[in-house]
Amino acid sequence: MDFIWNFPLFTIVLSLFSGVLCMVLKRRTARTYTMIFELILICMTGAVLFYTIRMDGSFTYPMGEFPAPWGNEIRAGILESMIALLFLIVMFCSVLSGRKFLELDIDESKQNLYYTLINLMTAALMAMTWTNDIFTGYVFLEILTLTSCGLLIVREIGRTTLAAVRYMIMNLLGSGLFLLGVVLLYDVTGHLLMVPMHEEISVLASDPAAMTVINMAIGILTIGLSIKSGLFPFHYWMPDTYGWATPTSGSVLSALVSKCYIFLLIKIYLRVVGLPIFAGMPIRNILLVLGMCGIVMGSVSALHADNINRMVAFSSAAQIGYIYMGIGLATEAGFTAAVFQIMAHAVTKSMLFLTTPRLAAVSGDSLKFRNLQGSALRDRSAGVSFCIGAFSMIGIPIFAGFSAKLQFATAAVYSGSSVKLVLVMLVLAISSLLNALYFIRTIIRIYSPAEDEEQRWPVRGRINYNIPMAVLTAANLMLGLFSWVIADLIERGFASFV
Amino acid sequence: MIETLLTNYEEAAAVILFGIGFTTLLFQRNLIKKLIGMNIMDTGTFLFLASMGYIRDRKAPIITDGITDVSAYINPVPAGLVLTGIVVSVSVTAIMLSLSVRLYRRYHTLDLDDIYILSKHQTEDR
Repeated sequence: MDFIWNFPLFTIVLSLFSGVLCMVLKRRTARTYTMIFELILICMTGAVLFYTIRMDGSFTYPMGEFPAPWGNEIRAGILESMIALLFLIVMFCSVLSGRKFLELDIDESKQNLYYTLINLMTAALMAMTWTNDIFTGYVFLEILTLTSCGLLIVREIGRTTLAAVRYMIMNLLGSGLFLLGVVLLYDVTGHLLMVPMHEEISVLASDPAAMTVINMAIGILTIGLSIKSGLFPFHYWMPDTYGWATPTSGSVLSALVSKCYIFLLIKIYLRVVGLPIFAGMPIRNILLVLGMCGIVMGSVSALHADNINRMVAFSSAAQIGYIYMGIGLATEAGFTAAVFQIMAHAVTKSMLFLTTPRLAAVSGDSLKFRNLQGSALRDRSAGVSFCIGAFSMIGIPIFAGFSAKLQFATAAVYSGSSVKLVLVMLVLAISSLLNALYFIRTIIRIYSPAEDEEQRWPVRGRINYNIPMAVLTAANLMLGLFSWVIADLIERGFASFV
Repeated sequence: MIETLLTNYEEAAAVILFGIGFTTLLFQRNLIKKLIGMNIMDTGTFLFLASMGYIRDRKAPIITDGITDVSAYINPVPAGLVLTGIVVSVSVTAIMLSLSVRLYRRYHTLDLDDIYILSKHQTEDR
C-alpha cells in the first residue's frame, strides 16, 4: 500500500477537522487558512488522479483494514479523482471570488462560521465522491443537505430563510426516499458495500420476485436523489434558492451540491446495479422523459424570467435535465456524456453565478434586466466572464457546453433506437435555440450603453475575482478543446468501475 | 395479498407510516406539522429497518455462555443503522425548528403559503 492511498481519506478527515478549527479562528485567519487548505486538497487530489491514471485502474482503501464484506471502504479511481479535483477547484474559485459579497452579506463576527460550513461541505462532497459504502453515502448526503442549508441562511434576509425552508423540505423528502431505497436494497442484498451488493444483485437478477423489489428500491432512491438535485418537475425551488443566496453559496449549491447527488446516483447505477441490469429497468425511460421535459421547461421558464439570477437558475434546471437525459439513454456513451456534462456545467454555472452579482453591483444593486443595461461596460471583467459562461451554455464550439452537447448527440446515435435519436436531437436543437435566445438577449442588454454612460467610471476587476475567473475559463476551454482526452479518461474510469 | 401483508405486518405498518409522514411533509402548510410529518416518515424507515433486522428466537449479538455460533445471534448492523439514522433525524429536526423560529419572528405566522405571500411584498431586491 502506497502512502498516496491515504490521500482520499485525508481530504475527508482533514476537511472535517478544518471545519471545527475555523470555528475558533478569527475571520481573516479562517479565510486564509481555508484558502491554503483548499489548495493543499487540490494538490492531494491531483496526485491521486495522476496515480490512478498511471496505474490505469483504481484502489480500494479499507477503513481500519477490515476485509470487504464488513468494513467501510473508500475507493479512488480515475473518475472519482477527476470529479473530486473539479469539485475542489470550483469550490476554491467560488470562495475566492465571492469574498467581497460575503463581507457585505454576513455579519463580521460570523464570517469564520461561513468557512466552517465551507469546510464541512468539502468533507461531505469528498466523502460522497470517494465512498464505496452506500450508507456512508446517505450520512454524508445529510451532512451536505445541512451545510447547504447553512450556506443559504447566512444571508439573514426573510427571503433566504424562506428559500432555505423550502429547500430543506424538498431535501428532506428526498433524503427520506433515499434512505428507504437504501434500506430496501440492504434488505434484499444483505450488504452495504457497493461491490458485494452488486454481486448479490447479479445473482438475484434471474429471480423476478427479487427484481420487483430491486426495481422499486432503485426507483424510490432515484426519485429521492432527483428531488434533491432538482430534476423537472421538482425544480421549482431552484430560482429562489440560488437567486437569493450570497454569490459563493449560489455558485457552490448549483455547481457542486446538485452534481454530487447525481454523481452518487451514477455510482449506484453503475457500481451497485450494473449497466446491463440498469438497461432493463423501467426507471431509465422515466429519467429520459423527465430529463427532456426539464430541458425544455427550464429553458422556457428562463426565457420568461425578469431577473438575471432567476434566468441563470432556470437554465440550471435545463442543464440538470441534460445529465438525466444522458443517464436515461442507459448506454456507456450516455453515462460518459452525463459525467462530462456534470463537469462542463460545474465550471460554467459557477462562473455565471459569481458574475451576475458583480453586474448587479454596478447597476444600483439590482438584478432586474432593465437596470442591467450597460453593466458590462461598467465592469468589463465581469462582462467578459458572463460572455464566456453564456457562450458555453449556448454551445458555441471551443467551449465546454458544445462538447457536452456533441457527446449527447453521439450517445443518442449509438443508443440503437431511432425514437430516442430523433427525440434527443430535437430536444438538443430546441434547447440550444432557446439558450441562444435568452443568453444573447442578455449579452446585448449588458453591452448596450445606458443613456448616462459617460458619467460613470468603469470598475476594474480585482485580482481575487480575475484569478478564479481565469481558472474557470481555462477549465472550460480545456473541457471544450480537449474533450476527447476527458471523455477517454471518463471511459477508463467507467471501465474500472465494476 | 392480504395474507402477505398480515405476515409482514411490521413492514406494512412501517410503509404506511412512511406514507403518512411523507404526505404530511409534502402537503401540510404549517411548518411544525411538516416537521412532525418528517419525523413520522423517518420513524417509519427505522421501524422497517429494525423489524427486518430482528430474527425471532435469536439473541442480541453479545456472546453469552461461550456460544460463538453465528446462528444464535441477530445481525447488529441494522440496529447501528437505525441509531445513525436517529442522530441524523434529530439534527435535521433541530435545524428546521431553528429556521421555523426565525421565520416566525419575521412573519409572525407558521403558515408557509402566508409567508410566501408576505415575502413577495418585500423589497429586498439586489
